[in-house]
Amino acid sequence: MEMPEPNPHVMANRDEIIARLETALPDGAVISALEAVRVYECDALSAYRCPPLAVALPGSTEEVAAVLKICHEFGAPVVPRGSGTSLAGGALPTADCVILGVAKMNRVLETDYDNRFIRVETGRTNLSVTGAVEADGFFYAPDPSSQLACAIAGNIAMNSGGAHCLKYGVTTNNLMGVKLVTMAGEVLEIGGPWLDAGGLDLLGVVCGSEGQLGVVTEATLRILAKPEGARPILMGFDESEVAGACVSDIIRAGVLPVAIEFMDRPCIRACEAFAHAGYPDVEALLIVEVEGSEDEIDDQLAKIKEIAARHSPREMRESRSAEESALIWKGRKAAFGAMGQIADYMCLDGTIPVSALPKVLGRIGEMSRSYGLDVANVFHAGDGNMHPLILFDANKPGDLELCEEFGAEVLKLCVEVGGCLTGEHGVGVEKRDLMLHQYDPADLEAQMRVKDAFDPHWLLNPAKVFPIRLTAQRREAA
Amino acid sequence: MLNAVYSGAEAALAEELRAAHDEGAPVEIVGGGTRRALGQPVQAARALSTSALSGISLYEPGALTLVVGAGTPLADVEAALEAEGQRLPFEPMDHRGLLGSAGEPTIGGVAAINNSGPRRVQAGACRDAMLGVRFVDGRGEVIRNGGRVMKNVTGYDLVKLMAGSWGVLGVLTEIAFKVLPAPEAAATIVIEGLDDAAGVAALSAALGSPWDVNGAAHGAGRTLIRVEGFEKQIAHRAPALVDALKAHGTGEIVTGAASDALWRGVRDVEAFQGREGAVWRLSVKPSDAPPLVASLRAKGDFEAVYDWGGGLVWLFTPEAGDAGAGAIRAETRARGGHATLVRAGASTRAAVDVFEPAPAAIGALEARLRAAFDPKSILNPGRMRG
Ligand SMILES: Cc1cc2nc3c(=O)[nH]c(=O)nc-3n(C[C@H](O)[C@H](O)[C@H](O)COP(=O)(O)OP(=O)(O)OC[C@H]3O[C@@H](n4cnc5c(N)ncnc54)[C@H](O)[C@@H]3O)c2cc1C
Ligand SMILES: Cc1cc2nc3c(=O)[nH]c(=O)nc-3n(C[C@H](O)[C@H](O)[C@H](O)COP(=O)(O)OP(=O)(O)OC[C@H]3O[C@@H](n4cnc5c(N)ncnc54)[C@H](O)[C@@H]3O)c2cc1C
Repeated sequence: MEMPEPNPHVMANRDEIIARLETALPDGAVISALEAVRVYECDALSAYRCPPLAVALPGSTEEVAAVLKICHEFGAPVVPRGSGTSLAGGALPTADCVILGVAKMNRVLETDYDNRFIRVETGRTNLSVTGAVEADGFFYAPDPSSQLACAIAGNIAMNSGGAHCLKYGVTTNNLMGVKLVTMAGEVLEIGGPWLDAGGLDLLGVVCGSEGQLGVVTEATLRILAKPEGARPILMGFDESEVAGACVSDIIRAGVLPVAIEFMDRPCIRACEAFAHAGYPDVEALLIVEVEGSEDEIDDQLAKIKEIAARHSPREMRESRSAEESALIWKGRKAAFGAMGQIADYMCLDGTIPVSALPKVLGRIGEMSRSYGLDVANVFHAGDGNMHPLILFDANKPGDLELCEEFGAEVLKLCVEVGGCLTGEHGVGVEKRDLMLHQYDPADLEAQMRVKDAFDPHWLLNPAKVFPIRLTAQRREAA
Repeated sequence: MLNAVYSGAEAALAEELRAAHDEGAPVEIVGGGTRRALGQPVQAARALSTSALSGISLYEPGALTLVVGAGTPLADVEAALEAEGQRLPFEPMDHRGLLGSAGEPTIGGVAAINNSGPRRVQAGACRDAMLGVRFVDGRGEVIRNGGRVMKNVTGYDLVKLMAGSWGVLGVLTEIAFKVLPAPEAAATIVIEGLDDAAGVAALSAALGSPWDVNGAAHGAGRTLIRVEGFEKQIAHRAPALVDALKAHGTGEIVTGAASDALWRGVRDVEAFQGREGAVWRLSVKPSDAPPLVASLRAKGDFEAVYDWGGGLVWLFTPEAGDAGAGAIRAETRARGGHATLVRAGASTRAAVDVFEPAPAAIGALEARLRAAFDPKSILNPGRMRG
């Protein structure tokens, strides 16, 4: 992965930067020994690595501001980090950067059920936000599959979503306010526990900006009352197109499930062999989950069955109990692990309009044959977010490169049919060079002007999001 | 991908804005022009109409997406959706009654002011339903952002930045929306006789229940709570809510046209229509709203109606003096949140800040963003704060 040359001025001042950071932070909050900083040399995209110059783990917003002021003074790049679960290399360090990790900042600052929000430090993990309120009947809706590990900080930076976002939206729809520290060390309060913030929607642009506009240290999040119950139905079809049409018909009929998951035959077979969930051996499988009281669920599932029946499903299995529900989800939840048992794989993340599903699945099948690499498809069908898994053999020379080429072609196809390059994992370093397939230079220029306004010297999370050659001038001018 | 079907109109608009940029000549952007006379008046010699940017370029009911030209009348959008049993989730208000204006509101105007009605408490604001935009910035550059799919994290989200930017960053030419199925049925639980604090407490209890309440308003001693969905769902949820709210008061269930009328009244602030006086709109933490209004009442003559579970307060006050500006700003500043003067005579508007003044650091950032998109300040100068 091409990264900018380390700034010689910063490298020359390494010892002084570390000393200044150590003075500003409590003992142990600065890590600089090579062995120790290696822990931070990559995120979950482990193919790319680079040990940072140092790692700072502040314990408060004031300490974050102090770190940023010091780095700003030396012109040292800063890479913000939550839990390091980014799949796009969003938290990949450069050799001259300071990693600013917020993992130590994980307190709940305020829970307010009357006004339905929770205010937390952003190092807190996604799942533990729900954990803090669930005994009182509430939950935090965005639910990335990494929710046990990933931090709210990374969720905000990546605008993360999960299986339930068809009904509840993604992070941006559930984020009410942040405390943001700019690269210059200025602390900004954006939004808060009210529904309109007034002025330009700065919160909206900070969310999803991949750690390039500021460091978020606190977040005010919308919490919701838990529904009375939830239950899935599993449906098998002989053709992917028919399953796709069934999804559209369900939505058109006015039923808004909380989740609609789609799996194709290779994925079904792998999951079944791994999890023994009792899945039928069909071309396409849908898992549709609805919420409400028992009666409401029965009623909605009856509607869904009636619609599905028109598409001649091979099998329909409505869950009748918590055990049956768990079994239906067990296979789906095991998908990534199951595929990992069979082969090495690369997980793509693109979004398409649901109507383009048959065409896209067909084309992926053709590409699979021409590249000679198998593909398994599993995705959130309600919102068109696909995760094709391309299987390859990491020990076979040339296979990874072939796989990458194939992956890029699939993502370009997503854009071609009206979708986008990434639905939830973000651009990071992984997809930055594909950006020109989705956007014109003028479109990217507009986004880079926003970066100019927040971080004029381009020091925050350098070389991510935008094609590296497009940003060269700005980075050098700074 | 957004695909302007009226690309001729967009190109012409870009040409005009390029020329305006070169000359440094300000323009006022006019959609339906339903509110031109109010708020902070724009200092521009020329008006730029968006009416040529009209039409629906893509509508996929099965994917819940609609792509529409910014100059399209809101009524056309609503009619197209209704024909497929769908609707805009955010229930935009119609300001004509409150402001006594005529004309046809456009979807671009709705997006430019992030116009969101009662359903905002559950379904999100206009900005939450916006998936993609095309716009022409203050240099005359055509810019695209977002798209027409629900999940998209490809680059920065300028869609949100454009929502509610009042036309000061660019002229929207096309917008992609997420739409939702219209429900089979709706019911409103009406509780009479609660004071403001008790009313907002009842709304909080309702919104904290598992029944997906999507309307929660209070005014003139009447508390309203709405649920929508399939007939059978509503038959379950409405009585469940009445039961759960017993401690707050006795709820009557209203359905059908009577329920719809109640929410149109809330949405369009019927309580303050056709009366002489200034109207303010406050966005605050719901539980702060009743004490805030109580302290204002101790200082002057204020009438209040509450929407969004108490989080949106419409205030009506005589237009004398500063039309309550000093007191309102002090009270909101003490508690957080913000206030906008929505209706007042010209001299009042000239004398007070229509929008909440921003803290210095935020104001500076907003100014840099505006300069980035509109370096010569030719778009709607004077309209927004700053
Ligand atoms: C097994 C697995 C499953 C996953 N499933 C999903 C899924 O279903 N949906 C989904 O959306 N994602 C998923 N992801 C991706 C990942 O978990 C998310 O992107 C997550 O939001 C990253 O959070 P993090 O705290 O680990 O962030 P990091 O990896 O630490 O950082 C991610 C980005 O956030 C920035 N950042 C971190 N902290 C801050 C801060 N304080 N201020 C500003 N910027 C900051 C970083 O610079 C970087 O650009 C998955 C990942 C894995 C490994
Ligand atoms: C000063 C003022 C204060 C108002 N206060 C409120 C309020 O507090 N809350 C509220 O909900 N409603 C408010 N409104 C009402 C609001 O304007 C209407 O609900 C809605 O804009 C009707 O659409 P329209 O097409 O008639 O808009 P117009 O009245 O024509 O335009 C409204 C605003 O959007 C801009 N605009 C219009 N089209 C575009 C476009 N395509 N691209 C970019 N910008 C565009 C205009 O320049 C103007 O600033 C206010 C209006 C004004 C002018």
